[in-house]
Amino acid sequence: MKFQFQFEPVFAQLGIILQGALLTIELSAGAIVLGFVVAVLLSAVRAMGPRWAGWLVDAYVELLRNTPFVVQLFMVFFGLPELGIRLSATQAALLAMTLNLSAYATEIIRAGVESIHHSQLEAGYSLALTSRQVFQHVVLVPAVAKVWPALSSQFVLMMLASSITSFISVQEISGAAAVIESRSFRSIETYLVATAIYLGLALALKLILFTIGRFAFPRVSGLARVQTKGEAA
Amino acid sequence: MGLGLSEVSFLFESAGWTLLLTVIAFLSGGVIGGFVAILRLSRNRVVSGATTVYIQVLQSIPVLMILFLSYYGLALAGLELPPLIAASISLGLYVSAYLAEIWRGSIEAVPYQQWEASSSLALTPTQQYAHVILPQAIRISLPPTVGFLVQLVKNTSIVSVVGFVDLARAGQLLNNAFFQPFRIFGTVAAIYFLICFPLSRLSRYLERVFHAGRRR
Repeated sequence: MKFQFQFEPVFAQLGIILQGALLTIELSAGAIVLGFVVAVLLSAVRAMGPRWAGWLVDAYVELLRNTPFVVQLFMVFFGLPELGIRLSATQAALLAMTLNLSAYATEIIRAGVESIHHSQLEAGYSLALTSRQVFQHVVLVPAVAKVWPALSSQFVLMMLASSITSFISVQEISGAAAVIESRSFRSIETYLVATAIYLGLALALKLILFTIGRFAFPRVSGLARVQTKGEAA
Repeated sequence: MGLGLSEVSFLFESAGWTLLLTVIAFLSGGVIGGFVAILRLSRNRVVSGATTVYIQVLQSIPVLMILFLSYYGLALAGLELPPLIAASISLGLYVSAYLAEIWRGSIEAVPYQQWEASSSLALTPTQQYAHVILPQAIRISLPPTVGFLVQLVKNTSIVSVVGFVDLARAGQLLNNAFFQPFRIFGTVAAIYFLICFPLSRLSRYLERVFHAGRRR
């Protein structure tokens, strides 16, 4: 028996999967923005806060980085109601994604912060900047500029990992694909279409993040490039 | 209540399956990834282009999709595979793309003069790889490879969708029976942490040791 691809039953329900794509975009955009903001705040606490607060941030980062996203998702969706916090599946997905991404982003920004030479801080203080100003202008922005490529790939990985939220019945691309599969019985065709959409989204997101990096850090990214060239030599 | 010793030992038992899956996926993905890394560096444009596409595509789609596609694809090919093997194959594909990219970077990080010196000693490309380049590249690649191993352990947690009972799935099963999500998934998370945290530390340690000379 020879298998024949039949995409028509899948394309007939393309609307469902496109709605799923919209939800994937919304969840990813929300988690990227929120996760990045939380990561910046945590980095500020690590850099300027008291020592014990820094240890708390480290523990937060290590806990989230060394446990699977699925389990974090289950903790938020099934575990929080036990504590009286009830979230919809989509809210739980956004919260879990934000927590997960914030930990990875904090760790990436840490590498950038450590790469800032001490003399830069001294130069900042000698210009009578306050410690907050030094952190913001001398440490944070150059650090983020340096690690922007790493942050970008983490953002893309988060978008891809959003597929896992279908485990708690969120109707993003994978969840929508599961619905279509159960209606059309065309498994491989359904997942080929879903995969193609993910591929398109990933490439688009990479392009957007690259463009943002170019515009947000025009001067500094040029500097960073020169420095990495120097390191390689 | 009702969550006792036998439930916890059930979790640890399924953690064994998670580890076995990790090892098989890492080994099979490592073999493919090694070949892909070397082909990626080929001077033949078609070969390096095709492997670049292979890596880029696999890195731009969710592991879940790789899992579904290879699962249904294998079924279409008429292969009735046990869940462990099906899951290992899909995870192996995912692993191969990431390891290929890590290892390509490691091979490229070996100074170019090493190639020139070894070719001036009339070594063939195979001999160059085997005796000069790879021994140095493997050293460079160790920290990121161990770091990726952590990602792999965590990503094995999605194989429950093809009916494989790993640690995460065992947690779901227990939760369906006892409905104590916080305690059960907390324990599951703790077991994953016990596996992953030492590996993360090892990766960081290797990084420090191998790059001691480059530190300021």
